[in-house]
Amino acid sequence: MDEYTIDYLDQLESEAIHIMREVAGQFERPALLFSGGKDSITLVHLALKAFRPGKLPFPLVHIDTGHNFPEALQFRDKLASDLNERLVVRKVEDTIRTKGLTEPKGKFASRNALQTFTLLDTIEEFRFDACIGGARRDEEKARAKERIFSVRDEFGQWDPKLQRPELWNTYNGKIHNGENVRAFPISNWTELDVWNYIRREKIGLPSIYFAHNRAVIEHQGQLVAVSDFIQLDESDVVQNRNVRYRTVGDMTCTAAVESDAATIDDIITEIIATRTSERGETRIDDRVSEAAMEDRKKGGYF
Amino acid sequence: MDLLRFITAGSVDDGKSTLIGRLLYDSKSILTDHLEAIEKQSKNKKEGEIDLALLTDGLRAEREQGITIDVAYKYFSTPKRKFIIADAPGHIQYTRNMVTGASNSELAIILVDARNGVVEQTRRHSIIVSLLNIPHVIVAINKMDLVQYSEDVFNNIVIDYAAVAGSLGLNDVQYIPISALNGDNIVDKSDSMGWYKGSSLLELLEQVEIRHDINHTDARFPVQFVIRPQVEELHDYRGYAGKIISGVYRTGDAVTLHPSGQESRISRIERDGKDTEEAWAPQSVVLHLEDDIDISRGDMIVHTANRPQLAQELDVLLCWMDAKPLKRGNRYLFQINSRHVKAVVKNIEYKLNVNTLEKDPDVDSVNLNDIVKATIKTASPVSYDPYKKLRANGGAILIDETSYVTVGACMISEPLS
Repeated sequence: MDEYTIDYLDQLESEAIHIMREVAGQFERPALLFSGGKDSITLVHLALKAFRPGKLPFPLVHIDTGHNFPEALQFRDKLASDLNERLVVRKVEDTIRTKGLTEPKGKFASRNALQTFTLLDTIEEFRFDACIGGARRDEEKARAKERIFSVRDEFGQWDPKLQRPELWNTYNGKIHNGENVRAFPISNWTELDVWNYIRREKIGLPSIYFAHNRAVIEHQGQLVAVSDFIQLDESDVVQNRNVRYRTVGDMTCTAAVESDAATIDDIITEIIATRTSERGETRIDDRVSEAAMEDRKKGGYF
Repeated sequence: MDLLRFITAGSVDDGKSTLIGRLLYDSKSILTDHLEAIEKQSKNKKEGEIDLALLTDGLRAEREQGITIDVAYKYFSTPKRKFIIADAPGHIQYTRNMVTGASNSELAIILVDARNGVVEQTRRHSIIVSLLNIPHVIVAINKMDLVQYSEDVFNNIVIDYAAVAGSLGLNDVQYIPISALNGDNIVDKSDSMGWYKGSSLLELLEQVEIRHDINHTDARFPVQFVIRPQVEELHDYRGYAGKIISGVYRTGDAVTLHPSGQESRISRIERDGKDTEEAWAPQSVVLHLEDDIDISRGDMIVHTANRPQLAQELDVLLCWMDAKPLKRGNRYLFQINSRHVKAVVKNIEYKLNVNTLEKDPDVDSVNLNDIVKATIKTASPVSYDPYKKLRANGGAILIDETSYVTVGACMISEPLS
C-alpha cells in the first residue's frame, strides 16, 4: 500500500489542524493570538484549512505594543479584512495609562514585558478560555518542555513542574473557572519547516521579511532599525544597509540580519546556511539572562 | 522526506544525554549561539572540548528544585528524514515519563552500557517499549571505548538481549556498538570497530521502514468539530471535521456512526478545501454523509464492514501518573480521542512488575509509576480497538474529576469475554 504515503509537511499540517479543531471542540471562547509574524500568519493559514467554509470559531487577537513595524500592522489589517474575520486589537499604551504602569527606560526601551499585562487583561475582558499561539519547541529550551495544551492559572502563570502528562494525540483541555489554556499547534515545527511550508503553500508575508534598504545602527553586533522608539546616542553611526527580518517582534527588541534575500527560496537558502538560531540572531530581549524565556512564561507571557 | 518520532531510553549514566547531544552536534543541528552557551558552561573541560550532555540540560526550575520535567522534545533533520526526539529523563518518575514519551514514538533507542550488559533497567525499558507497542527498537551498546571496542562483548550482549526481545515479542530489533562520547558509529562508521559491518546509528534511523506503521485497513474517524457555516449560500452545508486516525475513506463508502449505530454513505470528502475521492490516515479532512443524521463531537465514523469494539466495560493496562494513589471505585473522566465519558475503576486485578513482568496480586495501594491491570466501567458505550492491534484507537487517558489533571494512561486490552 505504498500509495498511501504522507510527506512530513503534510503530517505537521494535519497535526496542527487536529490541535486547532481540538481547541474549537473543547473550549467555549477560544482566541488566536496574532502578532503579524510568520508563525502566526502560518497559524491563520492552518485555521482556514481547519474550519473553512465556516467562519473561524475564534477572533484574531493582537496585543499591540505600539512599537510594531508599520508594515506588519498594515499586513494584519489587510489579512483580517480580506478574510472577513474578526480582529481584536488591544494596546499596551492603554494598559500603561489605565493601570499606571511604568514605561521601561533606556536605549531600547522594550514594552515586551508589559504586553503580558495587556494580554491578561484581554483574556479577562473576553473571558477567553484558550489562546492559540505560534510558539515552537525548537525556539528555546523553556518552550521545548511546554505542552501543546499548556494550562495557565488565573494569573497566566506557567508552572513547569505541574504540567499534565500529554499522551498520544489526546489533549486534556479541562480547566477550572479563571484558568486558561495556551495551545501551540506548531510546537513540533522548526523554523525551516515553517519556511518550507510558507513556500509550498505560497503564504503571503509582510515585506520586512524580504531584503530591503533600511537605516540601522549596529549595537553589540546586532542591527537595530532607526525608529522613534529607540534612543540614538552620539556614538551611534546610522547607516543604510540591505537587511531583512528573520522574526518580527517590536522594533525595539528585534534585530535585522544583513541580507539580499529577495524571495522565499533565497531566505530558505540563507537559513540552511546560517549557524545562528532564530532567537539568538534577532532577539535583543533574550540576551538579558539565560532563563529569560522561562521567567517570562512563568509570569504569564505567551 | 518523511517524519520519524523516537524515544531514547536510558539514564544519565548510560550516556543518554551525550548520545542525544552527539546526534544533534554531528548532524549539525546545533547552532553557534547555543553552542557558545554550552561552551561557557563546560569550563572544566579541556580547551575545545564541550560537554555534549549539556545540550539537553534543563530549566532553571529543574536545577533549583532538583526535579525533572517529564519529556523534552528535540528536533533535527537530514535530507532524508525529519526527526523528533522525545527525551525522557531517567530518574525516579521514570515509568510515567517513559510511557508519556513512548506514546507517540515509532522507534525506541535502548541504551546499554557495554560494561554492564543487559541489566534490570534494560528489561524495564524494554517492557515499557513492548507495552506501549513501539514498532521498532535499536539497541545501542554504548561506551564501547571502555571495553576496548571488543566484538565479543558486543556479541554477548546481543545474545542476552535477543532472549529479552523474544520473551517480549519485540520483532524489529537492531543492534549497534557505539561510543557516544567519541562519536563512534553515530553519524560516521567508526575506525575502531572494523568488525562491525552494519550502518551507523544515523543511517539506521534514516533507513528504518516506517511507512507500514500506519494502519490503512481499519478506518477510524473521530469527529472533532461540526462545520455549519451560518450563511445563506451554504445553508445545507454540514461537514464533519476530524483526523483520520487509521484506514482509508472513499466517497460512496458504507459507514456506520459509533456509538449510535446509524448507517449512511460518504457523499463527499474535502481536504484542504478541495474535493477528493479518497483520503487516508493521518490526514485531517472534512467528511459529508448522504443522510442527515445527528452527529456531534466524540462520535466516530467507521466502515460498516469493519467496526471497532463497542463496550461499557473495558479491560485495561493502566499506568498511574498521579501522586494521589488510585483506589478501586474512584470515578474519573475517560478521554479517548475526541470522546469524554465518566468512568469508574471497578476492579484492580494485579500490579505488573515492570522489571520482571510478574503479576503482583497485592493491589491495596496503587501509586505513581505503578502499572496495573484494571477494569473500567464507563457511563456510556465507548468505541475502541485493542491497543495491541491499533494504537491510534486503543489508548485513553483518565482525568481527575476535581483537579482535571491527567492521572492515568490506559492501554485497552482485547475485549472481555
